[in-house]
Amino acid sequence: MKTRKDQVGRLLLNAFIIALGLGMLYPILWLIGASFKPSNMIFTDPGIWPKVFTNQNYVNGWKGIGIVGFDTFFKNSFVICLLSAFANAIFCSITAYAFARLNFIGKKFWFAVMMITLMLPSHVTTIPRYIMFRNFGWINTFLPIIVPKFFATDAFFIFLLVQFIRGLPRDIDESAVIDGCSKFGIYTRIIMPLTVPALITTLLFSFLWTWDDFFNQLLYLTSPNRYTVPMGLRLFLDSSGMSSWGPMFAMSVLSLIPAFILFFSLQKYFVRGIATTGIKG
Amino acid sequence: MTDLHRRKVWRDNLGSYAFLTPWLLGFLVLTLYPMFYSLYLSFTKFNIRTPPEWIGLRNYLVMFVGTDRLPKDERFLNSMVVTFKFVFISVPLKLVFALAVAMLMNKKLKLIPLYRTLYYIPTLLGGSVAIAVLWRRLFAGDGLINMILSNVFGAQNLPAWISNPKYALYTLILLAVWQFGSPMIIFLAGLQQIPREYYEASSVDGAGKIRQFFAITLPSLSPIIFFNFVMQMISAFQSFTQAFIVSGGSGGPLDSTMFYSLYLYIKGFGFSEMGYAAAMAWVLLVIIAGLTAISFRASGSLVSYGSGE
Repeated sequence: MKTRKDQVGRLLLNAFIIALGLGMLYPILWLIGASFKPSNMIFTDPGIWPKVFTNQNYVNGWKGIGIVGFDTFFKNSFVICLLSAFANAIFCSITAYAFARLNFIGKKFWFAVMMITLMLPSHVTTIPRYIMFRNFGWINTFLPIIVPKFFATDAFFIFLLVQFIRGLPRDIDESAVIDGCSKFGIYTRIIMPLTVPALITTLLFSFLWTWDDFFNQLLYLTSPNRYTVPMGLRLFLDSSGMSSWGPMFAMSVLSLIPAFILFFSLQKYFVRGIATTGIKG
Repeated sequence: MTDLHRRKVWRDNLGSYAFLTPWLLGFLVLTLYPMFYSLYLSFTKFNIRTPPEWIGLRNYLVMFVGTDRLPKDERFLNSMVVTFKFVFISVPLKLVFALAVAMLMNKKLKLIPLYRTLYYIPTLLGGSVAIAVLWRRLFAGDGLINMILSNVFGAQNLPAWISNPKYALYTLILLAVWQFGSPMIIFLAGLQQIPREYYEASSVDGAGKIRQFFAITLPSLSPIIFFNFVMQMISAFQSFTQAFIVSGGSGGPLDSTMFYSLYLYIKGFGFSEMGYAAAMAWVLLVIIAGLTAISFRASGSLVSYGSGE
C-alpha cells in the first residue's frame, strides 16, 4: 500500500519537474521553431512547431549585412575564443602550480592579492586599459581581448586549478623531487597530466565566457570585418529593424550552437567546475 | 655553509617566481597600474584626445551633490537606484528559486541528471546577445508573452513590457532570475552533504517538513547561501550586456534600464568623459567592497559553520 502511494507521488513529482522545465525552456524552443517559420508567421504563431517550414531565414541571415557575412563573424569568434581558452589554460595552470605546490617568500601575500582580484569589478581597470591599448595601436584588433589571457588575468581559473592541485596526493611529486626532477619537470610530467579534468573545465568556461564577452568586443572591435558573432547580431538588430526577425532568429540559434555542443559533450566538467569553486555563472 | 644555504634558498625562490612571473606581470601592468591610473583620472577632466586636466573632487561632487556651477547628475543617481533595485530584487529571488529547485532535485529520482541538465540550459545561454535579443521580442507589445496571455488566458489591454518604463526593469530581473542554474548546482551539492540521520532523528522526534527545513536544511546550507549571495551580488552590480541589448544601448525607456555599468560606458565612451567614468568606476568599487564587508559582518550572526561542514 505504501509503495503504491510512493509510486504515485514519484510520478507526480516527475510530471511537475518536467512541466516546470518545459515552461522555462519554452522561449528557447520557440526561438528555434520561429527560425524555421516564414517571416510573416513568426509573430502570429505562439506554437513551437512551424506550420510551414523554410530555411530561407538561415540563407538570408548567413549573408549578414553589406559585404560582411556571418562566416566572418563566426571565424573571428572562434579565433578569439580558442586562443583565449588555451592561453588561459596554460598560464592559469602555471600560476596555480606555483601557488599550490611551490614555496617562496611572499606566497601568502600574493595569494591574498590574487583572491582580491577575483572580486574586483573590472570597471576600475577598463578605462586605463583602453588608453594603454589605444597607445599600442591595438584598437580594432583581437589583441586587447586575447593578450591579457597570456598573463593569467582571470583569477577565477587560477583559483579553480589551485583547488584541484591541492587535492592531488603530495607523495607523487615529493618522490619526483627525490629522483632529481626539476620544478618544471614536475609541472609538465606530473601536475599537468593529473590536472587534465580541471584544465578541460578551464578551456570550456573560458571559451564560453569569451564567446559571450560582449563588453570588451564592443569596446575594442570597431569595424564589421573584425566583428564577432555577438557584435554581428547586434549590428544585424540595429540595421535591419523590424523587417528581418526571421534571419535574426536564425543567426541567434546558430550563435548558441557552440555552447550547446560543448555543454552536452562535456557535461560532467561543467558540474564539477561549478560545484568545486562555487563561483560565477 | 650558511652562505651555500642562502644561495640555495635564493635559487629556490627565483625558480618559484619564474612560474609566478606571467601572473605577476599581468597583475602589475593590467590590474594594479590601471587601478591607480583610474583613481588619478577620476580627479581630472579627460576626453582621451587632450591631456587630463586636474579638477579635484568635481567629478565626485557632480555625482552626489552638484557644484555651484554644475547641477547634480540626476541620471547618475537614477542609474544607482535602478542598479540597486535590480541587484536586491534579482539576487534574492534567484537564490530562493535555485534552492527550491535544488530541493526538488534532491529527491531520489532516476532522471535527476537529465533534469539538472535541462534546468541549467537557461544559465548556459542566458548571458548571450542572442537571448537578450529574444527577450526583447518576447516582451514586446506583440511578443510571445502577450500572445500567450491573450490567446490562452484571454487577457486584454496588455502593456508592451519592454518599452514601458514601469515594467522594463522587471523583464531584466526575470531574465536574471531565469539563470539560476549555477547556485542550483551548488545548493544541490550542499544538500547532498547533509547527513540523512539528521532528518531521520528529527522525524522520530515528530518534526514536520517545514520545521526540518528551518531547523536543519537552512542552517546547514547557510555558509553556501551566504557565499552565493555575495558572489551573485558582485556580478549583478556589473551587469551590462542584457540591459544594453534590450534597451538598444540607450538604457531606456526613460532611463528605466540604465544600469550603472551602462551609464559608465555611455559617459566614458559615448560622451568621452573618461575622468567622470573613472570616478564612477571607483564609486562602484567602494560600493561593492562596502557591501561585501557588511555581508561578511552580518554573516557572523546568520551563518552557522558548525555541523553542516
